[in-house]
Amino acid sequence: MFDSYLSKRRFQNFKSNKRAYWSLIIFCSLFFISLFSEIIANERPLLVKFQNNYYFPFINFYSEETFGGDFKTEAIYKDKEVQCLIISDGNSECWDYPKKVINEIESYPENSNKSWIIWAPIPYSYNTINDLERAAPSPPDQKHWLGTDDTSRDVLARILYGFRLSVFFAIVVTLISSIIGIAAGAIQGFFGGWIDLIFQRLIEVWGATPSLYIIIIVAAILQMNFWLLVLLLSLFSWTALVGVVRAEFLRARNFEYVRAARALGVSNFVIMYRHILPNAMVATITMLPFIITGSIGSLAALDFIGYGLPSSYPSLGELTLQAKNNLQAPWLGFSAFITFALMLSLLVFIFEGIRDAFDPRKIFK
Amino acid sequence: MSDTVLSVSNLSISFKNNSDSKTVLINSNFKIKRGTTLSLVGESGSGKSITSLALVSLLPLNASIVGSINFNGEELIGLSEIELQKIRGNKISFIFQEPMTSLNPLHTIEKQIGESLSFHQNLSGIEKTQKVIELLEKVKIPNAHTRLKDYPHQLSGGQKQRVMIAIALANKPDLLIADEPTTSLDVTIEKEIIDLLMEIKSTEKMSILFITHNLRIVKQISDYVCVMQNGKIIEQGSTQEIFESPKSNYTKKLLNSSPKGFRKNNSERISRILNVENLKVWFPIKRGFLRRTKGFIKAVDQISFDLMEEETLGIVGESGSGKTSLALAILKLINSEGSITFQNQNLQNLKSRNLLTFRKNAQIIFQDPYGSLSPKMNIEAIVGEGLDVHEKISKSKRKEMILQILNEVGLVEDMITRYPHEFSGGQRQRIAIARALILKPKLLILDEPTSALDVSVQSQVINLLKIIQNKYSLSYIFISHDIALIKSMCDKIIIMKDGIIVESGETKNLFSKPKKNYTKELIVSSNLK
Repeated sequence: MFDSYLSKRRFQNFKSNKRAYWSLIIFCSLFFISLFSEIIANERPLLVKFQNNYYFPFINFYSEETFGGDFKTEAIYKDKEVQCLIISDGNSECWDYPKKVINEIESYPENSNKSWIIWAPIPYSYNTINDLERAAPSPPDQKHWLGTDDTSRDVLARILYGFRLSVFFAIVVTLISSIIGIAAGAIQGFFGGWIDLIFQRLIEVWGATPSLYIIIIVAAILQMNFWLLVLLLSLFSWTALVGVVRAEFLRARNFEYVRAARALGVSNFVIMYRHILPNAMVATITMLPFIITGSIGSLAALDFIGYGLPSSYPSLGELTLQAKNNLQAPWLGFSAFITFALMLSLLVFIFEGIRDAFDPRKIFK
Repeated sequence: MSDTVLSVSNLSISFKNNSDSKTVLINSNFKIKRGTTLSLVGESGSGKSITSLALVSLLPLNASIVGSINFNGEELIGLSEIELQKIRGNKISFIFQEPMTSLNPLHTIEKQIGESLSFHQNLSGIEKTQKVIELLEKVKIPNAHTRLKDYPHQLSGGQKQRVMIAIALANKPDLLIADEPTTSLDVTIEKEIIDLLMEIKSTEKMSILFITHNLRIVKQISDYVCVMQNGKIIEQGSTQEIFESPKSNYTKKLLNSSPKGFRKNNSERISRILNVENLKVWFPIKRGFLRRTKGFIKAVDQISFDLMEEETLGIVGESGSGKTSLALAILKLINSEGSITFQNQNLQNLKSRNLLTFRKNAQIIFQDPYGSLSPKMNIEAIVGEGLDVHEKISKSKRKEMILQILNEVGLVEDMITRYPHEFSGGQRQRIAIARALILKPKLLILDEPTSALDVSVQSQVINLLKIIQNKYSLSYIFISHDIALIKSMCDKIIIMKDGIIVESGETKNLFSKPKKNYTKELIVSSNLK
């Protein structure tokens, strides 16, 4: 399907739409970067050299004992004492005068034993609670480029993780609901008659179910988590695709090439999969953007009203809620707004380009 | 007033699409004299319709027109839109191919005819209604005064085309442009419309520019003929000259491509391949709240016939006569009642799983080569699909068989990776034939296999069908509305109307001694006698 002339022409069409093409590049780069959020924003160091051994705290667990401390729990790298222990190769003076030891090592680097710590570019994770010299939320400064929220967590780190979560959530929901929706639409459209009639009525009833209440009820019974929310939203968003896919199948099942395939003795499933589905894909692809942006919106809305993911998740919706509750801290609102605007605009531009590229009548320069 | 109504000189038309421009008409010259008919003949894409639209500047915005169009001494190129509107529908009027879509379904025919009258002649009220009735009578719509409030869907196809003609005649045009006005109509209705146009031409003393690909009509209606190919007028002259002593090869080819004669009968055919008894395809009409069946549309009713091996059975009928339903019912693609016996096996009792042998032995070729090939599959996948279902063979053997069959239908090997949209109509029909033929069927149903093709391509496809019939000893059921074609292809003919057999028999007998009036009418209207 992808080696055909048609696909090549579509890709050319897409490329010739500069806005869509650049949006795709920017969006993919952003998403690719956000996939490595753990390296970019992390409260644990990326790499530690201690007594001539290398440690990777951002992936592995190391107890404080490893670095000459007392506790068997994980080393708290943010503590001055721990940092001192590491760069001084376990000097016991660190317990009492960590600042003094660090200053000595930093002012006489030639005397030191060459142990060091490499931090992530943003040395805070999305759930790191920082010690601030002032009341949270704190405005942007050198340490926190976009300020902190009302539980003194770094906003930039939360946006980075939140962007990844939103996009990932939208992709999973879209994938699940497309599979269910296309299968349901295909069966209804292809067989028609009673199957179609009954399924259509079921979908009408299903579509009329107030999904928000169901989510609220489930949230009250079960502990909400990522996959549960994916499941709940997929349950209600698959119906969006059924209509178009069903219409395409209803139309195509009487096409002569489908009849010809029947006359050849090809089985129903193969006809649906090989003959009709590829032609129904165009209609499906035009619907996908609505599902993707819709799921991002739903997630944000649920988080905003407090029935979405628990607040330990890096959620953009929760950031928006904080912005509403802390109008004296406009950096929260602006950060959330700009993130949403950028993410949704890029997606809309990309899908607009895709849709146009699939339109045979559209003429491109 | 001069004798010449329209004179076109050095007319060239090209379409600009962004950077590249495509020339669709090159340096055309022709004249139409008062009270005569000029026919533009050519295959699809030869520039006929573009020429006619250019006459009144109805081309899309990206077209550029060079040359001169002189109408009654007035130059039409370069006229403003307002001046053109005074000419369009007034001095030059149009009839289009599709009467179904040329009329607005939401307005009564009185309103649609009256629109032109009030626009160009400022008529209104009773005067206008009178004039509308007069026009409807002129185009021979029975009980014209009772039909004024009818909507287009209440008229038959032929009547709609008559209404279109009435609209065109409303302002007594000097020139009537008829763009394939009968192509979508049945032969008997076609004849009526042509007769009407000829009569109106002589009573109204107007000129007609007639656009068609049908040479039979050209011969009947026109005084002068222009033959077009690829945007050029390659030959023009009086109808007699063109038909009796054509100069260019293309014209000769066009003239020779219409089917002639009878099929040669080889030998006695004794073994029966297919027997159909009392076949019925009834579609229930369901009404009311409980959707109870109130009656039936009898698409096919009580049809019986035999088909011998290597025999060709023609099924003729107008649109809606049940030909295609019959074909689909024989192939068990739609439900039917009655018995279908294929190679001594009754198909009606078989479950779809047991139909596989039958599916291998009976294939169908559809009318529309654009619709019958899946646009997302390449030629190898399309042609090889039957093999995947019926034969368990290795990949190399599969490819070998596909290449062999493509060769057989006159396609070359490197086409195998291409997609249907890269092929012309004739090539696509060959692909469809290859797809059916690769299973080595015994029975091939041809459902109007050539009616979507141009005449010269049509004869090539027909020749191919004849060759493979002899080679593989195939039996054909040939469905068509083209009687000349049926006559040259078939041993036996069934004439269908409204789902029943009107008359059937050996081709020669049927043509020499038709018994029923309907058969006679069909033969007369297709000018075979």
